[in-house]
Amino acid sequence: MGTEREGAVKIDRAFDSTLESVDEAEALILETAATAGFDEDEQHHISMAARECLVNAVVHGNRYSAHKKVHVAIETTSERIKIVITDEGEGFDLSDLPDPLAEENLLRHSGRGIFLIRAFMDELSMRKISPHGTEVTLVKERGRNEDK
Amino acid sequence: MNNRQVGDVTVVDVSGRITLGEGSSELRDAMRDLVAKGNKKILLNLGDVTYIDSSGIGELVSGFTSVSNQGGQLKLLNLTKRVKDLLQITKLYTVFEVHDDEAAAIRSFA
Repeated sequence: MGTEREGAVKIDRAFDSTLESVDEAEALILETAATAGFDEDEQHHISMAARECLVNAVVHGNRYSAHKKVHVAIETTSERIKIVITDEGEGFDLSDLPDPLAEENLLRHSGRGIFLIRAFMDELSMRKISPHGTEVTLVKERGRNEDK
Repeated sequence: MNNRQVGDVTVVDVSGRITLGEGSSELRDAMRDLVAKGNKKILLNLGDVTYIDSSGIGELVSGFTSVSNQGGQLKLLNLTKRVKDLLQITKLYTVFEVHDDEAAAIRSFA
């Protein structure tokens, strides 16, 4: 094991498509980030971004289906945390979301989740999974708060 | 969530998490109730709010527009640093009137 991989952690869990599971998965991610050495602000940003993503998976992806799971994979090293959240839904298009900062959208009730994920994480990528599902990958590097 | 009447201003003390499935529905119901009862001066005290997500932000915005549409005012009191940061990131800090002092906030409704 190289130095860079020392202390590396991998977690893989499947959760029901419920809001209670969102809380449970968020708590797991927060605990993992804390254990990996992220500071309190970073932990808060990671858990918020993960929560927004988990809510999307449960609400828009799996639509609360009791037959579908939300899969959460977490990898941490001393430098970064990578979180992959995958649903089993029909997919939802995030490419043409309205800009929540535009004057005409400021007072909209919803539409800020993806924006917040981008604000709080260093990387965000999404891809559709065959035959069903959306996989979202979030990455945050340690000690880059001042850049965000 | 607790309501207090200070003169003609309704102060709503909100605490804990305002997230989808928890506090956000409670906040939505409380705001609807206040608007339905004709309250037009509402001060949301967020000093004990520990966490707010995009759903919670959405409820704050909806409450603001509902009260405004009724000719009333909704203002915010005692934002924690994290809530303040969130409102700044989403450009909502300039939409809401925010106060740090309750007495001054109450007077501002006059």
